[in-house]
Amino acid sequence: MSAIQTIPINWYLLLSAVLFSIGILGVLFRRNAIIIFMSIELMLNAVNLLLVAFSTYLSDSKGQVFVFFIMAVAAAEVAVGLAILMSVYRNSKSTDINILSKLKG
Amino acid sequence: MTALILLSALGVIALLAEIFSFKKLLYPVVILGLITTFVLNLVDWNTGKTWYGMMHYDNFAVAFASVLIGVSVLWFIMAEGFFKEESSLTDHFALILFALAGGVIMVSYTNMTMLFLGIEILSIPMYVLAASNKEDVYSNEAGFKYLIMGAFSTGFLLFGITLIYGATGSFDLTTISNLVTGNSAVPSMFYVGVLLMLIAMVFKVSAVPFHFWAPDVYQGAPTSVTAFMATIVKTAAFAAFLRLFTVTFAGSAGMWIDVLWVIAALTLLVGNITAVVQTSTKRMLAYSSVAHAGYMLLALIALNQFTNSSVLFYALAYSIGSIASFGVLSIVAKSRGNDNTDSFNGLAKTNPLLAIAMTVALLSLAGIPPTAGFFAKYYIFTAAFASGYGVLVLIAILASLIGVYYYFRIIIAMFFKEAGTSAAIEVSANHKILFVITILLTVALGLFPDFIIRLL
Repeated sequence: MSAIQTIPINWYLLLSAVLFSIGILGVLFRRNAIIIFMSIELMLNAVNLLLVAFSTYLSDSKGQVFVFFIMAVAAAEVAVGLAILMSVYRNSKSTDINILSKLKG
Repeated sequence: MTALILLSALGVIALLAEIFSFKKLLYPVVILGLITTFVLNLVDWNTGKTWYGMMHYDNFAVAFASVLIGVSVLWFIMAEGFFKEESSLTDHFALILFALAGGVIMVSYTNMTMLFLGIEILSIPMYVLAASNKEDVYSNEAGFKYLIMGAFSTGFLLFGITLIYGATGSFDLTTISNLVTGNSAVPSMFYVGVLLMLIAMVFKVSAVPFHFWAPDVYQGAPTSVTAFMATIVKTAAFAAFLRLFTVTFAGSAGMWIDVLWVIAALTLLVGNITAVVQTSTKRMLAYSSVAHAGYMLLALIALNQFTNSSVLFYALAYSIGSIASFGVLSIVAKSRGNDNTDSFNGLAKTNPLLAIAMTVALLSLAGIPPTAGFFAKYYIFTAAFASGYGVLVLIAILASLIGVYYYFRIIIAMFFKEAGTSAAIEVSANHKILFVITILLTVALGLFPDFIIRLL
C-alpha cells in the first residue's frame, strides 16, 4: 500500500471537487485577468490531483501519463493567454476585465 | 492518418518559409498541399486503420476530415487578404494548418487523451488567431474571451474524463462503452463525468446556455478567422461530439438525452430570435451559427442510423454557405466601412456576382429549396422524426421560419434598396472564382444530395 492509499479515495474526490469549485468561482467572480488565469490553473490542478489518486488506486499508470499531457497543454495555454493579455494591456493599460465589454449587442 | 501527417508537415513548411524566405510561394504551395491532402485522405476510405488504440481512421473520420480539408481550401481562397501582411504571414499559415491537424485528430480519436489533445491543438491556435489583429481592441477582447471560455470548458472536459477514468479505469472509448453498456453497477461518478463532458462539448459547439462567448468572439475576431471558427472548428467539434456520445455514451443515453433536448430547443429559439435584433451583420451571422448548432444537435438527439450522415451533410452545406456569406460580408464591410444591413443596399446593381453568391448562401442557410441547406434541414428533421421527437422538430421548423426573416432582410437590401453609391466594389479574380464555386456547390448539393448522404 502506497502512501497515497493511506487516505480513502473519497477524500481525494472531495478535495478535488472543492478545489475545482473554487476555481470555477474564481473565473466567474474575480475581475482581474491574472487571477482568472490562476483560477483556471487551479481547476486543471484539481483534475491532476484526482487523476494521480485514481491512478494509484487503480494501479494503472495511464492516469499519470495523462497528467503530463495536461501540464504541457496548460503551460501552452497560459503562454498564449499571457501574450494576449500583454496586447490587451498595451492597448488599454489595465488588466481588469471590466474594460473587456466593448463587444455587445 | 495520412491527412494528419501531411497537414503537420505543411505547417512545418510554412514555418520554414520564414527562415528560407520563400514567403511569396507559400500561398500556392499550401493550396496545392491541401488539395493533395484531400485526395490522399480519400485513399483511406474503407481501410479502417487503427493506431495503438489512439486513433481509428474509419469512414466517419475520412468523411469528416474530407469536409474539414475541402472547406479549408475554400477558406484559404476566401481569406487571401488575411495572408497579405509580410511580417505575420507565415505564422498565420502555420497556426491555421496546425489547427486543422487538431481537427483531424478530433474526428478520428478513440481515446480520451487524443480527444483532449485534439481539442487543444485546434483551440490554442484559434485563441492566437482571434487576437491576431494586435492593435485592434475588439480583436484583443475576442481573443481573451475565447481563451478564458475555452480553458474554462477544457477544465470541465478534464474533470469529466477523470471521473470516467475513476469509474471505469480506462481512457479507451471501446473499453469504457463495453464496461458500462448493460451494466447496472456503474458508479454514479461515471454519470457525473458524462454530464461534465456534455457541458464541455456543448460549450465547444456554442449551444445555449453556453453560447454567450460566441457572438462576442465571432464579432471581434478578424472576419477570416470568424469564418474559420464558424465552419471548420464547429464541424470538428460536432464530429468529436458525435464520436463520443453516439458511440461511447449511447448506452447511458437515458440520463443525458433529456438535458440535450432542452439545450437543443433553447439553442434553436434563442439563437434565431437574438439574431433578428442584431444590427451588425457579422454578429447576426454569429447568432445564426449558434442556431445552426441547434439543428445539428437535433440529429445527435435522434441517435439512429441517420445521425452521422445527416450531420455530415448539414456541416458541409452550412460550411459552404458560411464561407460564401462571410466572404461577401468581409468584402462589402471593407469597402463600405461598416457591416450593417444598410451597407448591402443596392449590391445587386453594383456587384451582381457578390449579390448572387450572398443570396444563394443565405437561401442555403435559411433552408430554401433547391439549395443544399434545404436537404440538410430535411435530413436532420427526418432523423429526429424517425426517433419520435416530433415536438422538437416542430420547434426547429418554427425557429427556421424566424431564420428566413433575418436572412431575407439582407437579400431585400441587396435587390430592392437603392445604394448610396453606384461605384462597383472591386473583387479579386480569386474571390470571383470562389463565389462561382460556392454557388455551384450549393446548387449541386441541393440537386443531388444522395451522393453525400449515402456515404455514412
